[in-house]
Amino acid sequence: MKHSISAMLLGTALMFGMAGGAIAQDKNIKIGVLTDNSGLYADLGGPGSTVAAQMAIEDSGLAAKGWKLDLISADHQNKPDIGTTIARQWIDVEKVDIFMDVLNSGVALAVNNVVKEKNSVMINTGAATSDLTNAQCSPNTVHWVYDTYMLANSTGQALVKAGGDTWYFLTADYAFGHALERDTAAVVVKSGGKVIGTVRHPLNTADFSSFLLQAQASKAKIIGMANAGGDTTNTIKQAAEFGIVSGGQKLAGLLLFITDVHALGLKVAQGLNFTETFYWDMNDGTRAFSKRFSERMKNKAMPSMVQAGVYSGLLHYFKTLEAMGGNPHDGGKVVAKMKELPTDDALFGQGTIRADGRKLHPAYLFEVKKPEESKGPWDYYKLIGTTPGDQAFRPLSESACALVKK
Amino acid sequence: MQALYAQLLVGLINGSFYALLSLGLAVIFGMLNIINFAHGALYMMGAFVAYFLLNLGGINYWWALLIAPVIVGIFGMILERTMLQWLTGLDHLYGLLLTFGIALIVQGLFQNYFGSSGLPYAIPDELKGGMNLGFMFLPIYRGWVVIFSLVVCLATWFLIEKTRLGAYLRAATENPTLVRAFGINVPRMITLTYGLGVGLAALAGVLSAPINQVRPLMGADLIIVVFAVVVIGGMGSIMGSIITGFALGVIEGLTKYFYPEASNTVVFVLMVLVLLVKPTGLTGRAA
Repeated sequence: MKHSISAMLLGTALMFGMAGGAIAQDKNIKIGVLTDNSGLYADLGGPGSTVAAQMAIEDSGLAAKGWKLDLISADHQNKPDIGTTIARQWIDVEKVDIFMDVLNSGVALAVNNVVKEKNSVMINTGAATSDLTNAQCSPNTVHWVYDTYMLANSTGQALVKAGGDTWYFLTADYAFGHALERDTAAVVVKSGGKVIGTVRHPLNTADFSSFLLQAQASKAKIIGMANAGGDTTNTIKQAAEFGIVSGGQKLAGLLLFITDVHALGLKVAQGLNFTETFYWDMNDGTRAFSKRFSERMKNKAMPSMVQAGVYSGLLHYFKTLEAMGGNPHDGGKVVAKMKELPTDDALFGQGTIRADGRKLHPAYLFEVKKPEESKGPWDYYKLIGTTPGDQAFRPLSESACALVKK
Repeated sequence: MQALYAQLLVGLINGSFYALLSLGLAVIFGMLNIINFAHGALYMMGAFVAYFLLNLGGINYWWALLIAPVIVGIFGMILERTMLQWLTGLDHLYGLLLTFGIALIVQGLFQNYFGSSGLPYAIPDELKGGMNLGFMFLPIYRGWVVIFSLVVCLATWFLIEKTRLGAYLRAATENPTLVRAFGINVPRMITLTYGLGVGLAALAGVLSAPINQVRPLMGADLIIVVFAVVVIGGMGSIMGSIITGFALGVIEGLTKYFYPEASNTVVFVLMVLVLLVKPTGLTGRAA
């Protein structure tokens, strides 16, 4: 567009030539981190996701090769309407090329539609709902870190196998909680267990005692927490108070982040089992990144898997654009190319992106260490089991995604 | 039936927090005519001060119950001296906007430094464990919260409604000029009253620290409900706030049992109903 006036002066034939050249050589990228900067999920994504994106920009080395990379971020306040308003403005006015993080499943599903409609790109590292690559999959979205199917498959199955065959769900009452409950219940039933009840609580609830009493009265062996962030930490803390675990029931953290464990302290969190795809203390690569990351954080926090995903996802996006020789500003084309190229980085290892937009990498089942086992701050996890990437996520044969050829 | 009793008790526990907070708000509104939107932020500060006392100074929960309200109360009095006093005589709206701004700044600062997931604060050893009441398992700490806040609420009510000091206070809000003519320092009384209200908020903060995470937004999440409690009870009515606080806690607890999805809104539905029937609130006097 910018060139059209000068191009008109140079005549039609030349204009087409120039416009074509300009697209192929366009080396501007604008990255938008859309996240919860102030609410109950701010510690697991939030400002830390922006730090991770900044690190990816620096580590990509693209600036030295003449690329221009801009980063902006915004707070969607966990409200889908605010999220879509920002998304439209970012694409139309700010010319944002790629959306990162976008945690909160409700917001992610709403932004997913905008991104598809406007042919932009979203690498979602924060939202959990498996619908992003299933019923609502999009040629413009890559789901990077984890999803509800994988969490259910890994944690749910392990707990049923260990004897937890009756379940009661404490579910956050919105898209994410419903998806996590649905996927976990399916796994429980498939593995021979039974779901005997569910209570749905509003997002961001401070007091869980009423819900915990109902779960306690149900006598279920496992109380599955289909919630996240501040809701989960409050549930765990108050469950300890009501003697749920000492009374013989087991709490299942279906989605727990390292920032939650840090907030709870090991005394309360010890013994919890849950699944993540990234832990800072896995190998030299993860440790090196995490150390640099935590030095940049105000409270010296280690990265959550969401934040690690922002870094790793962006690096792959940059690699793809570099391979394409420029930024075509065509989301569908870029994502298609991203799926062709294998992924490889220090944080998640080698992986691939499937046709439905699902990024594959291993899932790890962890247990929280006892206080006496921990050697220092942020030394929290024991690795219990690993599921390879091709088994951790929903198989394509079960997929309802329209992009998957049957 | 057992589950129902359990919900009633749990509701009463939450009601204790509502009562303590709305009591402070009612005291401040009744005496200073200020709608104190900073109340939630000051409640949060109470919890944070308790956390710092324990982790930096090694000062335990019991001392924190005493010291934190005093520290936050002094902070409140500084606020009153430096900012709120200039609003005397102006429309309620100015006080509301100023205190709302203060709340946003204070919460923003805390969030910037401590993140959103909060800090852990353990239940004091003396109050650990619980009792089996037959129909439910009652954590001893929660029982303590109900009894302690009832005592504090009644003592505050007694102080304001039944003592000479309270009589001066009430008179000073009715007719400051006249009371000043009797040689009573009205501005100082007002400052101390604001300090008292703020201290009550901080006290509730210390009480809640072991139950909830010590989080920058703990007050912001609660304050709207507490305002609804005050409005339902009748702005400025001390006893009205106490009773409504406990009652709404119970009603909310029952909603969590029968229809959990509505538990965040039931208080506001009630507020609308009460205001439609009695615009001054249940025990409020007409302005």
